[in-house]
Amino acid sequence: MKSGLTFFLSGLVLAAMPLALAQTDALRLPKTVEAGSAFSIQTSGSGTAVLYIVGPGQVVQRKVQLGETTSFAAGDLHNAGHYLAVLVGGSSTENDAFDVTAAHQPVTLSFLAKPSRLSVDLHDGISGVVYVFDAFQNLVLVPTPVSFQLSGVASAVQMRTALTRNGVAWTKMNSAPKEGSTQFVARVGDAVSTRVIQQVPGNPCHLRMSVRPAGERLAVETEPVRDCSGNALPDGTIVTFTETYNGGESTIDVPLKRGIARADMPAHSGARVSVATGVFIGNEIRLGKGR
Amino acid sequence: MSIGRLLAIVLAATTVVLIVVGTLWPIPSAIVTSGSGAHLLRPSSTPQAAVESLADEIGRQAWEKAYSGLANKSEFTELEFVRDLTGTYPSLRTYATLDSFDLRPLHASAEEAQFQLKLRWSTVVGTFLDTRDLRVVRTGDRWSVLWPIVKEPRVPPQVIPVNYLRWDVIYRGPEDDWGSQDVEAPHVRIVDMHPVERSGGVVIMGELLNEDVVPAFVTVKATLLAKNGSVIATEDSFDKISHVLLPKQVTPFFIAFHDVELSEVDSVHMDPSATLIAASADPVIGIEDQHFNPAPGASLSGKLVNQSGQVVNVAHVLGTFYDKSGQLVWVADQYVDRALLPQTPVSFAMSLPADIASKVTSQRAITTTYSSGRFQ
Repeated sequence: MKSGLTFFLSGLVLAAMPLALAQTDALRLPKTVEAGSAFSIQTSGSGTAVLYIVGPGQVVQRKVQLGETTSFAAGDLHNAGHYLAVLVGGSSTENDAFDVTAAHQPVTLSFLAKPSRLSVDLHDGISGVVYVFDAFQNLVLVPTPVSFQLSGVASAVQMRTALTRNGVAWTKMNSAPKEGSTQFVARVGDAVSTRVIQQVPGNPCHLRMSVRPAGERLAVETEPVRDCSGNALPDGTIVTFTETYNGGESTIDVPLKRGIARADMPAHSGARVSVATGVFIGNEIRLGKGR
Repeated sequence: MSIGRLLAIVLAATTVVLIVVGTLWPIPSAIVTSGSGAHLLRPSSTPQAAVESLADEIGRQAWEKAYSGLANKSEFTELEFVRDLTGTYPSLRTYATLDSFDLRPLHASAEEAQFQLKLRWSTVVGTFLDTRDLRVVRTGDRWSVLWPIVKEPRVPPQVIPVNYLRWDVIYRGPEDDWGSQDVEAPHVRIVDMHPVERSGGVVIMGELLNEDVVPAFVTVKATLLAKNGSVIATEDSFDKISHVLLPKQVTPFFIAFHDVELSEVDSVHMDPSATLIAASADPVIGIEDQHFNPAPGASLSGKLVNQSGQVVNVAHVLGTFYDKSGQLVWVADQYVDRALLPQTPVSFAMSLPADIASKVTSQRAITTTYSSGRFQ
C-alpha cells in the first residue's frame, strides 16, 4: 500500500516534469547511501529549485539553492531500495537515481524455529531460519555470520554457524536424547533471538505390567513406561489393558498418572491380560485357573 | 366435462376421503406425532388398547395420565416412572422424543395378556430402541398395564479421589513477533486404511493414532480421485470417529460415499487433521464383558463401567472389527442412551451386517464421552 502510493506520487512528479532539460549534470548524487545515515546532494547552476526524492514508502521534498550542497540528516532516508531524485527548477528538470542499502549493523533477528515440540534423539529434527534486519527493519543483504546454539539442561550444547545468503541463514540441529525444554538461540553480534523447543519422549520401548487380585476384581498396573532413551512417557499417555477369557473380553483405556497406568478389571479364571499403548504391545499375563 | 376438471374433482374427493379415514382411524404413530391425539385415544377395553393408550401418553409426555392408568403404580412414584423413561441425570433420553412404537402380543388369556412394546426414541444422534415386556391385567371392564419399572441405581454418598489430569494450551497472541512459533499441532498418523464397496457406495475405514504427547481434536477427510485425476467426491468421518484423541490413543474412522462405485476410483487422498486442544484425561471408562454375538442379529455387546467419580451424560462406543489376518473389516458405533453413573454398569450393543460378522475374529472397542459442565 505504502509503496503503491510512492509509485503513484513518483508518477505524478514525472508526469508534471517538462521533458526539456536546461542543463546536464545539475544533480550529483552518491551511488549508494546506507539507510539511516546522513548524506548530501550537490547541485549546480543558480537560482532555486525543488528537489524531490522518491523511494519505497518514502517521499522527501526540499527547496534547494542551486550550486550549493543540500544535506540530509541521519534517519531522513531509512527504507532500503531504489530511489529517484528529481530536481525541478523553473522550466527545467533533471532526475537521477541512487540506492539506499540496509545498514551493515544487524539489530533485529526474525527467528523461525520448527518444530516447537519434537521427539528426543532425532537427527536434524530441528530447523532454524534467521532473517537479519537493521535498525530500520531493512533486510541486511551483506553476507553475515549467524551463530546458532541449542542448549538444554540435560544435553550437550550444539553450535553451528551459518552465513546469510540474501539476508537469510538457516541450520538444522539434532534433538537431544533426554527430554526437556531446550533453548534455541540465534545470535548476530549483539542481536539475539531465543526460541524454546520442547523435546518429548519418543515411542515406548519398555511396557510391562503386573496383575494382582483386588477383592472380586483384578488390579492391573504398569511399571513406569519409558522410551528407548530411558525417558518416562508423560502423564496422560493412554495405556490399554485387555482381558480376554472364554468368548468374552474387557478393555479399558487409562492415562498414565505419575508414570504409571493402573485400572480395575473383572476377574475371570484362565483369562489372558495384555497391555498396549498406541501401536506398541507390552507383556501378556495368563491368570491361573484358580483365579 | 373436460378431463382436467374430472381429474380435479376425483383428486378433491380422494383427499376428503383420506382425511376422514385418517381422523377416524388414525395409526398410533400419527397420534404420537400429532401431539393432540388425546381425544382420539381408544378406551382401555382391550389389552392392546390399554398398551397403545399408554404408549400414546408416553409419546405426548402426559406423564400424570400415563402413570395414573398403571395397575402397579403403588410400587413406584410418578417421578420414578418419569425417570425410568427420561433418565435421572441428563442423557440422550432426557432430550429424546418418541418417534414411533411397535406392539407385539406375546400371550393372552381372559384375565391377563403380555405384550412386547418397542419404543423408538428419536435423538440428535439417531434413534434408539427401548424394549419393554409388559403385563396387562383386567380390572373390572378395563385393562391396565403393569409397568416393569427400571430404577436407576443410586450411588451411595462417597468421595472418589481422582488425580485430575488435564492439558491447557496457551496459543500465540496477536502481539507476538511473527517469527515466534505457535504451539505445534499434534502429530497424528493413519495406521490402517481399507476401502470397500458396500451397498451401492464406497466405504473407507481405518484407524488413526495420536503419536504425540498432547491431546488432539482430529478429523479425517477422504477424497476419491478418478483415473484422470478429477475429484469424484469428498467426505469426512463425521461422528464415526473419536474426535478427541489423547496421547497414544487410537480411534477407528468410517467414511461413507454414497452412489459411488469402487471401480471408478483410481486413488484415495486421505487428509487427517489434528488441532491441539485443552482436554481432560478423565473419566476412565471400562468396557467389560464384551461378547461378539454372531449372525443372525450380529452384534458386539458389553457393559460400560464409569470408573471415575463424575456422571457421564453421553457415551459413544466405537467398535473396530478384524478378520483372522488382522485386516480391519468393519467399524460400528452405538450411543448409550442412559447417563453413566460412577461404578454403575450400563449395557450397550452395536449391530453389524451379517456378511461382515461371519468374517470377524477379533474386535476392539473404545468409548468417547461427554459430561455437561466439564470442559473438554
